Amino acid sequence: MNKLFISPSPHMYEDTTVKRLMFDVVIAMLPALAFSIYFFGMGAIIVTLTAVVSCLAFEWLIQKYMLKQEPSITDGSALVTGILLAFNVPTNLPIWIVIIGSLVAIGIGKMSFGGLGNNPFNPALVGRVFMLISFPVQMTSWPVPTGFNNSYTDAVTGATPLGVMKEGIGAGETVSSIMDKIPSHMELFYGHMGGSMGEIAAIALLLGFGYMLFRKVIKMHIPVSILLTITAFTGILWLINPESNADPVFHLLTGGVMLGAIFMATDYVTSPMSVKGMWIYGIGIGIITVLIRVFGAYPEGVSFAILIMNAFVPLINAYIKPKRFGEEVKNG
Amino acid sequence: MLKTFPKGGVHPAESKYSANSVIEILPLPKTVSIPISQHIGAPSKAIVAKGDKVRVGDKIAESTGFVSTNIHSSVSGTVVKVDDVLDSTGYKRPCVIIDVEGDEWNENIDRSTDLKKEISLTDKEIINKINESGIVGLGGATFPSHVKLSVPDGKKIDVLIINGVECEPYLTSDHRLMLEKAEEMLVGIQILMKALSVNLALIGIENNKPDAIAHLQDLVKSYPGIEVHALKVQYPQGGEKQLIKALINREVPSGGLPLNVGAVVHNVGTAFAVYEAVQKNKPLFERVVTLTGISVKKPSNFMVRIGTPVIDLVEAAGGLPEDTGKIINGGPMMGKSINSLEVPVVKGTSGILIMPVEKSARKKESGCIRCAKCVSVCPQGLEPYLLNRLAQLEKNDKLETGGVMDCIECGSCAYTCPAGLPLLDYIRLGKSRVSKIIRTRKQ
Amino acid sequence: MSATILFTIISLSAIGATAAIILYFVAQKFKVYEDPRIDQVEEILPAANCGGCGYPGCRGFAEALVKADDLSPFFCPVGGNETMAKAADILGKAVEAKDPLVAVIRCSGSPIHRTRVNKYDGASSCAISSSLYSGETGCQYGCLGLGDCVDVCDFDAIYMDEETGLPVVIDDKCTACGACVKACPNIIIELRKKNKKDRKIFVSCVNKDKGGVAKKACAVACIGCGKCVKVCPYDAITLENFLAYIDPNKCKLCRKCVIECPTSAILEINFPERKAKEETADEDSKTQVKETNARPAGEKENDIK
Repeated sequence: MNKLFISPSPHMYEDTTVKRLMFDVVIAMLPALAFSIYFFGMGAIIVTLTAVVSCLAFEWLIQKYMLKQEPSITDGSALVTGILLAFNVPTNLPIWIVIIGSLVAIGIGKMSFGGLGNNPFNPALVGRVFMLISFPVQMTSWPVPTGFNNSYTDAVTGATPLGVMKEGIGAGETVSSIMDKIPSHMELFYGHMGGSMGEIAAIALLLGFGYMLFRKVIKMHIPVSILLTITAFTGILWLINPESNADPVFHLLTGGVMLGAIFMATDYVTSPMSVKGMWIYGIGIGIITVLIRVFGAYPEGVSFAILIMNAFVPLINAYIKPKRFGEEVKNG
Repeated sequence: MLKTFPKGGVHPAESKYSANSVIEILPLPKTVSIPISQHIGAPSKAIVAKGDKVRVGDKIAESTGFVSTNIHSSVSGTVVKVDDVLDSTGYKRPCVIIDVEGDEWNENIDRSTDLKKEISLTDKEIINKINESGIVGLGGATFPSHVKLSVPDGKKIDVLIINGVECEPYLTSDHRLMLEKAEEMLVGIQILMKALSVNLALIGIENNKPDAIAHLQDLVKSYPGIEVHALKVQYPQGGEKQLIKALINREVPSGGLPLNVGAVVHNVGTAFAVYEAVQKNKPLFERVVTLTGISVKKPSNFMVRIGTPVIDLVEAAGGLPEDTGKIINGGPMMGKSINSLEVPVVKGTSGILIMPVEKSARKKESGCIRCAKCVSVCPQGLEPYLLNRLAQLEKNDKLETGGVMDCIECGSCAYTCPAGLPLLDYIRLGKSRVSKIIRTRKQ
Repeated sequence: MSATILFTIISLSAIGATAAIILYFVAQKFKVYEDPRIDQVEEILPAANCGGCGYPGCRGFAEALVKADDLSPFFCPVGGNETMAKAADILGKAVEAKDPLVAVIRCSGSPIHRTRVNKYDGASSCAISSSLYSGETGCQYGCLGLGDCVDVCDFDAIYMDEETGLPVVIDDKCTACGACVKACPNIIIELRKKNKKDRKIFVSCVNKDKGGVAKKACAVACIGCGKCVKVCPYDAITLENFLAYIDPNKCKLCRKCVIECPTSAILEINFPERKAKEETADEDSKTQVKETNARPAGEKENDIK
């Protein structure tokens, strides 16, 4: 007879593993990746490959030679970070900037805190914000989505709808006149606009959201609360003065709202643990995003909003607890 | 919509291989070793000595307090010794070892199989009888049943809940009992209702046992006050607190007992044992045990005398499979793994589960990714990831405020953890440390 | 431009000065008197904060020492007699020297001697394993090998020997703080007197089973035969529950029991190697000072076979 295994209960396990969860996220990102390649061509492929390869390489090197631990790049988390990082940059970004961004994302954003599970901030966003502040020119020259023939090095660049809107309102134009200069809502929905690589096609991101919900990778609370908050907040502003404030649908479909709400804010490590906490976190991201967009200096604020709320997550976890069974009765 | 408890829970593969195996009576073993403490509470005291002759149903160990119980011989024969024997945990526990000779029963036991419906005893007499017959909760917790029936003054019980959920995967002993001994069980429920003086009894059964639900629904028409409720399949619905919440939507307060919300929960097996004890004068010395597993040749349900070594059950079910990697006393979620087939069946043994090697080892551990799956599956609304960490760091005060004592050890958190962390292992350790601290504080 | 800089400097200095003044008065207002000797005593303590003295950290111990009238119940296991003497000097109190202690592991059940009969697959913690069941071997008393003692040691004085699966104490680093003694659920670790040259003789077994059962589970178990009790000239050995125990205060390190023990459960550590057999053994043979860190010569080879 074999030696019997002895262990405390339970003796059954769900077949979910960290690896499976991460690869489900990757699958969920594929539609968005496909749309980007369709609109931006080679640039999307080059930037994605660079980001993924350098994220994996940096993680492996840091674990192997600096932390002297068993490299765990096969768990897929560095792959997810790499793709997300690529999703957050323009497709004509020079390779060397992408590599530096990956180093910051993995090295500073993740490994310096002790690797997967210990980082307080979303690594891809740390990388993105680092690049945005260090290389503002390259990071805000968005290629125009001309289709797959779009070349990588000398793409025609233009402003994002959000940038046009911000500039227009700043110059005293009315929203309705600005609206003529930017694509229609339908075009925005399937992503025919300038912007960061993965954020353009709302339809592809929603497909990914559906897949992740179906596979029970994430819960719906964070994305739904962010989207609802942004809709409500911008809706109120729009109702007050529709000529100086864009409508909520425009806000939802442009910039990084969809990408941020579905893929960035839902990062396990940096989001709250309880359902109540998730609502607070989502509402916070929504409010800060709109504040930055409407009242701030930057046209886009999703990544800052997520990073700011990331910082609040430990506090939320410490004070917002799930409702205990039998608790109400005891107090009441 | 079927009823269930609202928060948390998981749904492991049901794997009820033995659901269609009729309860077989296991042949008498050669020797039995009957532990003299098979329940929660004060250990009993052996009242037989080496060389004594005993008959089936004779008392061999005596209750030593209110929360304690009698133990009866399950066979007739000679007491070989009263000594410490290794039990399923590998530690020594005092046992009465009896060599089986024939099958002579105590003359007071009514061995006929006719159904006896009239309840002649009063409520006090019923509770005494149950105490005398050594009946404990047969769902696995083995809490002496008479304690649950003795309602303290000032508390009002208005509903009796009968647990026929059997939410543990693989196990089918309660399921078969509900199909084959339904009438006896219903009379048993009536006896319990009389003992508690309640007019309502609810039987909760998970929806994966439609035959049992239909059968009982048909029968309860002639038993006023008893209702059968189908429940959505959801682990750990068999937990007392979860079952009460699912059936009557009352929440047992944290640290409280079901009687704080006017309910008492008994298992279907207990109801059957109560029937036999009260109507047939038969103390608790045998029970239904499921023997099952993926590679077991003949997954079965056996009526087993207490004290029978597990090996006898395994042999009767077609022998130990070649690929055995783990043997579990109980279900896969809350059962205990055992390291020898010589250990005896006790009152709390609801099943023996044999796991093949490839399903025996735990998942490989990796770091916590804070996915919050443990939080969302915890039926008690706790934060297992946090309790796990606090227990590792021995932060006992924080564990206590974190509600570690509310943990029902259902294992949902460890079941669902994608990182394969031994969450429940550490939480259980923390819980035992904290409960020690609470006990010393009370003194 | 220069106006801006000037203004910045002036305003920052003003804020700093105001804050300093406020802080000074607040500090004066809330000043708490503390016996200066507490600081002095804490200064000479080892600052290990191990809790081996029974107080929460070195400062807690220092406070207790200052308050106490009699120092005899106190002892800093890390600093030892020297530290206690210094503390007594500062406080003007007397202190007696205590024997230095060291932790010993009373189990030799390596896989060669003690076969594993099942495989533990739970969380890697002795406390969890022992609350679950008796362990991977037939011996329910012995070392579980999951390293709780290693985890609690603040001084890196214990490590797990990968070959034997047993913890090993590094005597030079061990401060006898007692953390491992408390952590071990099977109470295998004992603090024993540190003799001259760190020589030790002890029964390396805690099995309370009858001889046959113990021997079956582990080849080097104490079987409770009592031979050591008979041979001991100093009445240092007692036998209880089939288990011998050598009283460190009575033992004179004569090594007679080591030779007598049929299962080599009694270990002699840091003794010079025996010249020949019994007769010469108890003579102080200063030749061949080779540390034999276990059972009598020749035994080890047999075991491996």
